[in-house]
Amino acid sequence: MFKKFTAKEDIHSRTNVKSSVQRGLKTKLVEQFPKLESVIDDIIPKKGQLIVIKCTDRLSLYTMDNEVLFLQRFDDPFIPSLRLIHKYPNCFPSVKVDRGAIKFILSGANIMCPGLTSKGASLPEEDYPVGTVVAIFAEGKETALAVGKLAMSIGEIKKVNKGIGIEVETHLGDGLWSLELD
Amino acid sequence: MAEEGIKAVSVLYCGVCTFPPEYCEFGGTLAKCKEWLEDAHPDVYSRIYSEDSLAKTTEGLSLEAKEKVEREIQKLQAKEATKAEKELKKKLASKVIVKRVERSKRKHVIAVSGLEVFGIDPKKLAKTFASKFATGASVTKNVEGKDEIIIQGDVGDEVEDYVTSLLEEKGLDGIKVERTEDKPKKKTQQ
Repeated sequence: MFKKFTAKEDIHSRTNVKSSVQRGLKTKLVEQFPKLESVIDDIIPKKGQLIVIKCTDRLSLYTMDNEVLFLQRFDDPFIPSLRLIHKYPNCFPSVKVDRGAIKFILSGANIMCPGLTSKGASLPEEDYPVGTVVAIFAEGKETALAVGKLAMSIGEIKKVNKGIGIEVETHLGDGLWSLELD
Repeated sequence: MAEEGIKAVSVLYCGVCTFPPEYCEFGGTLAKCKEWLEDAHPDVYSRIYSEDSLAKTTEGLSLEAKEKVEREIQKLQAKEATKAEKELKKKLASKVIVKRVERSKRKHVIAVSGLEVFGIDPKKLAKTFASKFATGASVTKNVEGKDEIIIQGDVGDEVEDYVTSLLEEKGLDGIKVERTEDKPKKKTQQ
């Protein structure tokens, strides 16, 4: 999705977020990612100025200090940026893919079920519903390599084991990763 | 996991391909990444590229599959290398053009073009020029549809010096900054 993404063409406007809106945003974020509660004030300090960048396709990027924190398409759930996940790896639901899948993910493919159910991969115990935002880790690696949205629930992935299991939103090395704000 | 006081983990990013070093091997510039990491963070280097960690990652694969993967990676790296070389060549071949255009008898503007190849943001540079020379400076599209900085006033020498120093800062010395002059032809009255 961020295959072609350049600061020049895709960014329409950037505006400061009102502090009242910022507060509401923080509650919403904690609602979506309950584990973030203890660190939300570190991610978005009370005094910090959040900037929202509107892009093509109704995409908004929430940034602070020139770093993208979250992205959101229209009114969909928030998606944390990869750099944020690297900072707080345990605060988001996560899955793990096998080694063979890394190559494809890094070139922008969605994740197929077999890559999630094979030996090197692991799925969480809990059953997340469709549409849950998950951080994607890889076999033998410590850092996340992509963020995606479940296209099937975890239970279904295990059962069906065919087709697209996770839609990748942003991965290492894509347009958003290399986006430089100033 | 989510107890009080989770600390932010600071992740190391590769200085060459910007990935976390674990993923350098998928980036296509592995050779350079390795060099950088060995230089900058020898401890991480020895952890990632040590013999047994390498053995571990390829443990489950058959010999054939291993060979295949290796070949593919090599191909990718060769591709990246040629790409980088081409880009460098293009950079070396292109030049910055500082053009002096006559507006009226005594007044000139300076048009700077050819910056985009070197990764210089024209908007920002225009701003610095504007404050440096206390004149107006703007970015417009020129005839070829490329960005061009127009600076009010006859400041060609200063612009040339500044651009040269800017390029040197980026490690691109030896790039030509060319001066040209352009006088609009007098319109013949019909």
